[in-house]
Amino acid sequence: MWSVIVNIFPYAVAFAMPLLITSLGGLFSERSGVVNIGLEGLMVVGGFASALFTVAFYPSLGTGAIWLSLIVAMAAGALFSLLHAFASINLNANQVISGTAINMMAGALTIFLARTITGSGNVQLRMGLPRFDVPGLVHIPVIGRLIFRQTYGTTWLIIGILALSAFVLYKTAFGLRLRACGEHPHAADAAGINVYRIRYIGVLISGAMSGLGGATILVTYSGEFSGSVAGMGFLALAALIFGQWKPLGVLGATFFFGFAATLANSSQAEPALKAIPEVVLKVFPYVVTLLALVFFSKSTQAPRASGEPYEKGKR
Amino acid sequence: MRLQVNKDFIVGLSSVFLGLVAGAIFMAFTGNNPFEGYNYLFAGGLMNLERFGNTLAMATPLILTGLSVAFAFRTGMFNIGTPGQVIIGGLAATIVGLTLNIPKPLLLSLMTLAALLGGAVWGIVPGLLKAKFNVHEVVSGIMMNWIAYWITYYLVPSYFKGSFETESRHITQAASLKAEWLTGLFKGSYINLGIFIALVCVVIISIILKHTVLGYQLKAVGFNRHAAEYSGINVNRNIVLAMMIAGALSGLGGQTLYTGYASSIQIGVMPSQGFDGIAVALLGATSPVGVVGAAFFFGILQSGKGFMNAMTDIPSEIGDTIIACIIYFAATSVLIRNFFDGNLFRSKKGGK
Repeated sequence: MWSVIVNIFPYAVAFAMPLLITSLGGLFSERSGVVNIGLEGLMVVGGFASALFTVAFYPSLGTGAIWLSLIVAMAAGALFSLLHAFASINLNANQVISGTAINMMAGALTIFLARTITGSGNVQLRMGLPRFDVPGLVHIPVIGRLIFRQTYGTTWLIIGILALSAFVLYKTAFGLRLRACGEHPHAADAAGINVYRIRYIGVLISGAMSGLGGATILVTYSGEFSGSVAGMGFLALAALIFGQWKPLGVLGATFFFGFAATLANSSQAEPALKAIPEVVLKVFPYVVTLLALVFFSKSTQAPRASGEPYEKGKR
Repeated sequence: MRLQVNKDFIVGLSSVFLGLVAGAIFMAFTGNNPFEGYNYLFAGGLMNLERFGNTLAMATPLILTGLSVAFAFRTGMFNIGTPGQVIIGGLAATIVGLTLNIPKPLLLSLMTLAALLGGAVWGIVPGLLKAKFNVHEVVSGIMMNWIAYWITYYLVPSYFKGSFETESRHITQAASLKAEWLTGLFKGSYINLGIFIALVCVVIISIILKHTVLGYQLKAVGFNRHAAEYSGINVNRNIVLAMMIAGALSGLGGQTLYTGYASSIQIGVMPSQGFDGIAVALLGATSPVGVVGAAFFFGILQSGKGFMNAMTDIPSEIGDTIIACIIYFAATSVLIRNFFDGNLFRSKKGGK
């Protein structure tokens, strides 16, 4: 069993990272009071932008193009999320509907553009990011082989963003304001905070992070853009609830999903898992999520004003 | 009330118009002639009886999924689990159709019943979780979609494998919703008896919503959950019931899709008719009659886009792009409403 865990750990981590960063983006949006179920679509947009940029600049810039494409993906995600911000903050639109529109638009529009630009709905990367063992740390007993073996650079980038996000949320004035807007926007307004501005920032961060999430899938394990991220954005949303809207909770939830999904995918290669029917392994993460949601429902810590449009005059 | 309906109609038309304008901009932006594109798009959906029949066949599952989303929406529930309900409904109908060997009328009735029950089971889970444990129906709905997807993915090749690894055996003539007289009437198109199932459902749902106590209670819960509870309505029971009926409608949509329009069930595909149902419901202003109109319009786009793609260089994804833009404009319809009320940019005021 131990060898199975050691074998699949790098894959589980690679799978968990895009989920983690997207979920973290959703955290910023929901903590500011805007539900964003458009995460899925924003990931697609990020993956698309990253794929186009990498294909165009890889010949001249090499691996540097891949790293730059992550920034391009974040910008594209943020830009696309403006649509959701405008609808849900300025127009008091139903945020779930607006998010659904984002998802549908992203899937259709990116393939439309990909076909027009490259002639095919699929964009393939010639090279993804390389995996590497972290020098020195990989020799630490037990955890070294698990955590520091066969890692991607993006993994450390995302872990860094996680730490930074936790700091910003809980130790800075901005973080306090953001959380206040999600809990009690009228009180925040009375204290002189511009609720609309904070919510815009929250949604834009979610767009940028989801864009990075989509790009991470592309440059690490998939290597191909096909106009869909197969429900990863919704899984990130579930991880957000599972993780009770807290950075560390989200980390735990996404790692759990990463493990469950990797177990299912590698069941053919690992003799120890062959006894379990594949369908059980595939369905397992989703069933457990449902059970976890039931279990956590009693003590839910959802931001109180999340999903409610803010209207100045209303009490 | 009458004025309200007309306003919804105008807002819907405006959303469609803006969506088409956005589509035209994308076409022009990518170096194509939008007028030519739209000409072929609509010709592809309406040009002759056969294509018109195909449009109706495309619209059939959309009417049912749209009705499903609209019905749940009236009770304040967002039924995003439609793709899963479509899969399970279609799977149940296909299993019955492939296993039983009985006369056509009896077989079709049993298949319809199976699709109804399968969809209802898949719809009732998010409803129960919402009512009992306050689990958000969007997340539980999505989880149910993937569970349905993977169950079908393994069940079909194991027990009902067809000539390809990715699809089930084809159903027999007796199990298909296609009827000779109907196919003949529309010169060999995909149209099938599903359209009648869909229209009967539209009538039933209209009656439930307008003329029954159940419908009144469901709408009351949707308008204001707390007020409904205070007036003695069992909110939780209504939520579960609404989701169950919504799931059953989508399940029927699955039957019309997999055993009417198609004749086998594909694995590894999340049916787009599920999420498109959300668009249909929104554009139809969640009224049953509106849903029929919206589904017909989307049916034209879906069946015409292939023809447009064949005649021009425009990728067929423009159809889905236009649909997505229409939903976005429907979601931001406050702008359109204010435009017609003559107070643009004062959206914060609201009011009628």
